[in-house]
Amino acid sequence: MADPAPPFARAALALDLLAVDPGLGGLRLVARAGPVRAALTARIGPGARRLHPALDDDALFGGLDLSATLASGHRVDSAGLLAEPAVLVLPMAERTPPGLAARLGACLDAGRGHLLIALDETAGDGEGLPAALSERLAFDIDLSEVPLRDATLPPPADIAAAKLRLAATDLPDTLPRQIAELTLAFGIDSPRAALFALRAARALASLRGGEIGPDEVETAAALTLAHRATQMPEPDPPPDDDAAAQQPPPPPSDSDNAGQDSGALPRELLVEAIAALLPPDLLEGGARADRRATGTGAGAMNKGNRRGRPLPSRPGRPGSGARIDLVATLRAAAPWQTIRAKTAHRPGLQIRGSDIRLRRYQHRSDRLIVFTVDASGSSALARLAEAKGAVEHLLARAYTRRDHVCLVAFRGTGAEVLLPPTRSLVQTKRRLAALPGGGATPLAAGLQSAAHEIDQARRKGMQPMLCLLTDGRANIALDGTADRARAAGDATRIARTLAGTEALVIDCGTRPTPALRDLAAACAGRYMALPRADAGRLSRAVSDALG
Amino acid sequence: MKHPFPFSAIVGQDEMKLAMILTAIDPSIGGVLAFGDRGTGKSTAVRALAALLPPIDMVAGCPVNSASPDDVPDWAGLDRREMVEAPTPVVDLPLGATEDRVTGALDIERALTLGEKAFEPGLLARANRGYLYVDEVNLLEDHIVDLLLDVAQSGENVVEREGLSIRHPARFVLVGSGNPEEGELRPQLLDRFGLSVEVTSPRDVETRVEVIRRRDAYERDHNAFMLRWQAENAAIRDRIVTGRKALAGLEAGDKVLTDVARICLALGADGLRGELTLLKAARAYAAWRDDTAITRTHIRDVVPMALRHRLRRDPLDEAGSGTRVARVVDEVFG
Repeated sequence: MADPAPPFARAALALDLLAVDPGLGGLRLVARAGPVRAALTARIGPGARRLHPALDDDALFGGLDLSATLASGHRVDSAGLLAEPAVLVLPMAERTPPGLAARLGACLDAGRGHLLIALDETAGDGEGLPAALSERLAFDIDLSEVPLRDATLPPPADIAAAKLRLAATDLPDTLPRQIAELTLAFGIDSPRAALFALRAARALASLRGGEIGPDEVETAAALTLAHRATQMPEPDPPPDDDAAAQQPPPPPSDSDNAGQDSGALPRELLVEAIAALLPPDLLEGGARADRRATGTGAGAMNKGNRRGRPLPSRPGRPGSGARIDLVATLRAAAPWQTIRAKTAHRPGLQIRGSDIRLRRYQHRSDRLIVFTVDASGSSALARLAEAKGAVEHLLARAYTRRDHVCLVAFRGTGAEVLLPPTRSLVQTKRRLAALPGGGATPLAAGLQSAAHEIDQARRKGMQPMLCLLTDGRANIALDGTADRARAAGDATRIARTLAGTEALVIDCGTRPTPALRDLAAACAGRYMALPRADAGRLSRAVSDALG
Repeated sequence: MKHPFPFSAIVGQDEMKLAMILTAIDPSIGGVLAFGDRGTGKSTAVRALAALLPPIDMVAGCPVNSASPDDVPDWAGLDRREMVEAPTPVVDLPLGATEDRVTGALDIERALTLGEKAFEPGLLARANRGYLYVDEVNLLEDHIVDLLLDVAQSGENVVEREGLSIRHPARFVLVGSGNPEEGELRPQLLDRFGLSVEVTSPRDVETRVEVIRRRDAYERDHNAFMLRWQAENAAIRDRIVTGRKALAGLEAGDKVLTDVARICLALGADGLRGELTLLKAARAYAAWRDDTAITRTHIRDVVPMALRHRLRRDPLDEAGSGTRVARVVDEVFG
């Protein structure tokens, strides 16, 4: 099998295929702004509409053109960007919020002929076009490593002629089965991928002016399936093996035999073609990380225009989400009424676009601090008292910050939620005073209880934070047995599930424990060694970390 | 305008289809939540359902789809009140929709240009007597969720803002879909969904091939494909209509009630809504199958979808709650 085409040529081909069959949805292009990207986007053509991630509904779907309406005195609507089928170019696609992704996804689903070229300028980890959208785009090509000298466009193809041929291009009978087997083998769950592969093969064949042959199938499969793969196919699944049970049954022999006459390829060749384009870290990483990527900015908004404490209104243009402050708008317009009445050709209130005032609100999502306190014998009773003091300190501050506090203690063989999330100072003090100490250190059990509380809090729309106070000598595994190695393993495993939560690990052992530093790394949290913690210092450290 | 993909042509996904049909037979079951992988036909099924539902009688032009001229709210300002037959409304609630769009608000345009205080109805008004569909329901913003909870509970939308004081009926079947990898649903909202189904991608080649073939046929030869499935859609619609009539005749005996209560107790489902939904779902299922009495078979078949989402969750339990439900049912029924 020949080497796969270089990324730039593939991207150019993808654009041609999209032009032939808009049903392919679009292309996600990973590339920074620069000459390489510009060389490719030159191919898109002048009719394309440029979007940006902060677009509101009025801009997308059209809405009331307020300034024109006010000026003329009757309703004037503006046309939205999505009103006509068009090529939509979305730069900075990695910043697309879920709301916009959902709308664009619905627009592509409607099948009115929209195409989306998402220019993803992702820097890696956790960023990227929301999966809801990238799923609906047939192609995904990474241009970030392409040097400028390779960025030469092939001569333009005859798109119009290819479009005419499209409807007449028949699918070989065996092709759906072949593609279905391929998607299974590469662990691609979504049936959309298979449909894209079929469409791409058909578009490619009509672009080249022929029937769907082995080469078209191979190129189309590589273009549409490679980036969705979550596993390498087993080369020859041995029977009676565990892996064999999960793998699809070997393809029925008839598809191989039929392959010779109807232009289908043997599965091995197709697999090879796709495998040549697979990301190199597939085998180490397992499923692709960006399956989880979601749009950013969903929970951190503090100033908004929807709810919370009212702030003074501001002049602005009403878009989606913004609410007009009528009283402030009228107040702004009032001084001008005499002057405007002289020039206006209609009676009544004269309001201009510049008078519009928008409401603003400020809100903060409630925070929950889950204190997970080691009450074991090794942690010593004195330190426990310090932890109790710190919790009380913080709770007092929580009255002003409106933080919630939750207390989990672990000792002996298990963990206990001493205090479910609360803001009650009295209740906390009472429960804290009664916290006993002594026994072994079931760190994993403590983390598990904390994880449960964090999960619950997040579902209630709070912003949870873990604060773990321990000396780190985990010696009780999750199932209650005294086994240091397993205990440490369990603790790390649960800590990993907490990654993504703000976390602070406070080491209050007499000397710093490397295991705890690793634990903090496992949950992507901060580590702090406080060998001589007293309540005041502890509280200061935690509140510094909280910001 | 293309017709949506026909409901009867959806390959597999029997549980999801059944759940949707049950809510069509008895809307008081209270909605369906479909959670699962991408591209498994969740949205397709909801949109297909719209085309399948029997039409409703409503006052022409009424913003809340009133069933009789007396119910038309005063603010609608309708002069002529004729009855028309209209398709059951299926309204999309998009992510990031504003509160104003959802509940309705002061009509700013008329306020500023004409100086009139008029109410511009929102999505909840349009969804009255029909379906409200929320895609990616788990990513819905909290304040919109609160709003939905309130309205779904009371069946009435109350707008008190900007000098407006308006209330209108908003009784709808809430249908949500989402991908659990991207976030959980708040338990309060979870509880509002009567039925919950887990949707997975088909794992065998035959099903996948069939999915691809049908979708391809739908897109390539649209009219012929719609024609091909028309009869089957009509058959389902007739069964729904017959089922609705049969509902009233299906009494739940003491034995059935005891079974339902025992299952819910054994599963430790929170609240009593579980029992009620299970009973209603079993009844609707019996009506769908044209059976004359509710039996254990009916209960057994609908228990997973009625109770799966009401269990207390163990964050580290990897097995789906569906298997837990099935195990308990086996124990209870012996």
